[in-house]
Amino acid sequence: MENLESLKAEILAAIAQAQDLKAWDEARVAALGKKGKVTELMKGMGALPVEQKIEMGKKLNVLKAEIEQALENRRNELAEKEMNEKLAKETIDVTLPIRDEVQGRIHPVSKIYEEVVAIFGEMGFEVAEGPDIEDQFHNFNALNMPANHPARQMQDTFYIPNKNSDDFDDSYVVRTHTSPVQIRTMESKKPPIRIIAPGRTYRSDYDATHTPMFHQVEGLVIDKNITMAHLKGCLYDFVKAFFELDEIPVRYRPSYFPFTEPSAEMDIGCLKTKSELKIGAGTDWLEILGCGMVHPNVLRAGGIDPDEYQGFAFGMGIDRLAMLKYGIPDLRTFFESDVRWLKHYGFNPLDFSSMTGGLSNNGGSAR
Amino acid sequence: MKFSLSWLKEHLDTEASVDEIAETLTKIGLEVEEVFNPAAQLEGFVTAKIESCEMHPDSDHLHLLKVNNGKETLQIVCGAPNCHQGMIGVLAPVGVVIPAFNEVLKVGKIRGVESFGMMCSEKELGIGEDHNGIIELDASTPVGVPAKEVLPIDPVIEISITPNRAECLGVRGIARDLAAAGLGHLKPLKIEHKNGTFASPIKIKIDDFDACPVYVGRYIKGVNNKAQTPKWMKDRLAAIGLRSISPLVDVTNYINYDMARPLHVFDADKLKGNITVRMAKDGEKFVSLEDKEYTLDSKSLGICDDEGIQCLGGIMGGAEKGCQPETTNVLVECALFNPLVIARTGRKFQIDSDSRYRYERWVDPKSNVLGSDYAVQLITEICGGEVSEMEIAGVESFEPKCAYIRPSRMKDFVGIEVSKTQIMDILHKLGFEVSDEGERVKAVSPTWRGDIEGEHDLVEEIVRMIGLDKIPAETLPHGKFPKQVLSPAQQRAVTVKHELASRGMLETVTWSFTDSKLAKDFRQNEDAVLLYNPITAELDEMRPSILPNLLLAVKNNIARGYDNLALFEVGPAFYGRNPGEQDQVAGGVRSGMTAKKNWIGDVRPYDVFDAKADALAAIAAANGPWENAQITNDAPKYYHPGRSGTLRLGKNVLAYFGELHPMILKKFGIKQRVVAFEVNLTNIPLPRAAHDKARKKLELSQFQPVDKDLAFVVDKSVSAASVVAAAKNADRNLISEVRVFDVYEGENLPAGKKSIAIALTFQPKEATLTDKEIETLMKKVEVEVGKKVAGGAVLR
Repeated sequence: MENLESLKAEILAAIAQAQDLKAWDEARVAALGKKGKVTELMKGMGALPVEQKIEMGKKLNVLKAEIEQALENRRNELAEKEMNEKLAKETIDVTLPIRDEVQGRIHPVSKIYEEVVAIFGEMGFEVAEGPDIEDQFHNFNALNMPANHPARQMQDTFYIPNKNSDDFDDSYVVRTHTSPVQIRTMESKKPPIRIIAPGRTYRSDYDATHTPMFHQVEGLVIDKNITMAHLKGCLYDFVKAFFELDEIPVRYRPSYFPFTEPSAEMDIGCLKTKSELKIGAGTDWLEILGCGMVHPNVLRAGGIDPDEYQGFAFGMGIDRLAMLKYGIPDLRTFFESDVRWLKHYGFNPLDFSSMTGGLSNNGGSAR
Repeated sequence: MKFSLSWLKEHLDTEASVDEIAETLTKIGLEVEEVFNPAAQLEGFVTAKIESCEMHPDSDHLHLLKVNNGKETLQIVCGAPNCHQGMIGVLAPVGVVIPAFNEVLKVGKIRGVESFGMMCSEKELGIGEDHNGIIELDASTPVGVPAKEVLPIDPVIEISITPNRAECLGVRGIARDLAAAGLGHLKPLKIEHKNGTFASPIKIKIDDFDACPVYVGRYIKGVNNKAQTPKWMKDRLAAIGLRSISPLVDVTNYINYDMARPLHVFDADKLKGNITVRMAKDGEKFVSLEDKEYTLDSKSLGICDDEGIQCLGGIMGGAEKGCQPETTNVLVECALFNPLVIARTGRKFQIDSDSRYRYERWVDPKSNVLGSDYAVQLITEICGGEVSEMEIAGVESFEPKCAYIRPSRMKDFVGIEVSKTQIMDILHKLGFEVSDEGERVKAVSPTWRGDIEGEHDLVEEIVRMIGLDKIPAETLPHGKFPKQVLSPAQQRAVTVKHELASRGMLETVTWSFTDSKLAKDFRQNEDAVLLYNPITAELDEMRPSILPNLLLAVKNNIARGYDNLALFEVGPAFYGRNPGEQDQVAGGVRSGMTAKKNWIGDVRPYDVFDAKADALAAIAAANGPWENAQITNDAPKYYHPGRSGTLRLGKNVLAYFGELHPMILKKFGIKQRVVAFEVNLTNIPLPRAAHDKARKKLELSQFQPVDKDLAFVVDKSVSAASVVAAAKNADRNLISEVRVFDVYEGENLPAGKKSIAIALTFQPKEATLTDKEIETLMKKVEVEVGKKVAGGAVLR
């Protein structure tokens, strides 16, 4: 019996010493293989007397079970060790940079377009459009600016000769404002009208604050009982929503546009310092848009009876809105296609604008 | 329009401060652009007494002063001729900024003598034009007090005048508006009509009463144009930036800005014969007082003597017969001109003048005699002289417009109640003749207002005066629920932008203009849409394609050191000059590598398939038929002829894509390959109706698909698309997908041949395919491809 104890110790030691699966298998075969020591002992039992045989059988079974358990434990240990060694070899420097992912961006002009559409859409406006090249009727005359009207000189107009006429008054213009869309809308649909018309506009002016092309959004509301109070309410609601503020000081100044009367310009309160512009607080005013009650001549030009219908119109600069809201300092940079600028001031393509989902997530961090 | 406070007070009796005045101006529609108050620049300047005045030892004109500033006595070197002992003036101590020089005053050393400050002239302080000497204050002025408290300081206000408010191009108009707004009282005019003592030797004749309804001429003999313009007038003119020239010129300028009343003064001795007001003859010459020669046409109005046109009526005087210092006899013109004639001539010959500016807008048609009287009064006061009887051609008559306002209209149109009494009061103060007609108020417009036509104009006057801030703000009532905020075409343009940006491209916005020299190669037809008056030669054409501007962007970014580029723009391209002859295009360019080089090393150059992928993605995002579009290799000539394609639906071109032609890139100065695409969104058909939004029913098979590969040897000229199409055609029911996975040319293939390997997916719908069925399908594909592909195809 002492032999069995020492055999057990010997086998368990061999298993414990196995440093890899090969050594482990050798230990297993040496103990439990066909010619293994335990197997041999089991084979030798047949020669024993019955009583001894039973007793020996029990002992050997216990021994075998213990060895099997030890083998399994050791194998698990070895497998884990082997896995760890393999993984250790696979180690990489995770501080290495990622692949250079090229992320696209949406231009601020498109972003503001979407924000403005989201806000006015909520107020029941639809988006209307018109051509960039216009005839003078739609760009001027129908908007209460007949030929020689001094207001025509307020807008430095680009002209395109009309091949069918030498008369300068027949030449086309590249639209100086989005207001011709007012006329085109009135020509094509009956009141009530509630539209905004965003788009490209052009004036022959190029300096620190003017570019020959810029973007405007026009608004037109026509119905039977729309008053100047609605104009004020609508635009106040807009600026609050647009600048994402609960309150914002506003001021209206009487002004002049040929196509509206009374006309006004709207200022919003702000704080100007050398380094920043803070919208919504402070003692300074910033002009943000022009507006007014639609002039009866304009309604007539659009085929609408001014004794039955009335309404308001407004126009504002999309680029300017972008500059104010997102702190973009220079208008000219909008059109320079500098990739550094587009990345910095552009917006994540998944940052969609809605009144319910939010106007802007501030573009997401630029990557 | 600029004016000084003292000038305003000439017409307005008011106690209001500059700030109150400025605030009110903006509130009533005369927007203040700037208030310039010289006092703001005079912090630190004090009154001081010259205790002693000696000559500088080393100069024959400099003085050495001992100046007491109330605290101490300073040594100061002074060059002013008028300084003397006992004089009280204004001292600029060391450290202050002299307004005229905008420089900090330091301790100076003048010809060896130190100077600890400076005694100042009006001009140096920015409060006047006088620079003949230093300021001499009244002897009773206390010493050592802030200078701004004792100096006659006249702040200047600059406002912008909208085109409808011509009368506010004169200070009196502004004063009237302020009075109506409750900021004081309008003073009566002090202009008297002087009867002449002799008949004017120069007579006036008008040939065209439409262009010039009335002309008043006044001959004054024996004026002294070398007299000094009075200081008050010089200062007021200087305050608004007008230099004093001579009394005669100064008076016309002054009245122009005081009453918005243009005038002209001829040297009567230079005029030959009488004055005739007539249209110019075609080709007639005129030399302006700016010495520019113009060749006039028959639509320009001339003020003529026997020798021709001496003044371009209402716009600019001539060089020859204007006033000089020696002038002694003058003819003063005060006339009315047709604004349309003035506007046309001014625009045609591009002459800007204060006179044109006013005539073009509105000059009070009843101010000709009055203006003439005013000029005569001021000229004779300053220059002396004897006045002739008034010469007048035409009649000064004007039927003022009359409009009506219903008080109820204020509530209905503006949203605020205003009483009839208040309406009448406001209009009256603005110069309207008002009368109560029960339901409405009748208002006869003053002659200085040319802009009043109807009720809306009167409403505006009331709104201006009560203040826009009094109108409540009401949220817009809910209208009918809009069908859709964006039209389908607008909506898909937005989607396309987001699709392209999410593909790693930067959205840009470039001019709708482009350079015709560069655009030439991109035009689809002969007619270039050129601007009549481009702002620069590089922006002279409405772009026929988005690509030229994007290529300039590529060039500029490469020049800045950024050469891996992916840019796109969605915007118009113009194919004609008539309104509406424009397409909405999504265009993009890629150039350089797909990414910056990295340690993993998996970057590659952009190639034509990136541009093709962009084009297909844009078409798909626009809900277009990206899978069914036919691809042909006939892109426009600005693309690489062998590496470009056109995507069509029937006849309609949906898109072009490809590498750009090297010759084009050379013209742009780009040295690396550029791939590009242009998707014409306008040509992508819109869904017919909303129910088109329902998706086709998804049919999912429960049987395992089978993938098999085949390789064909075909002629080199065979397109991959034709192999794929033929393979698909072999069994439209079971073959669900065919993909090209290898293209090989070279060794082991006969000359002129290439191998195209395709992966087929068989998707059974009713039962799992047996080996035999699969074999049959493969055979069908082999036969079909062999039959349909030009030049045949054999299995490799």
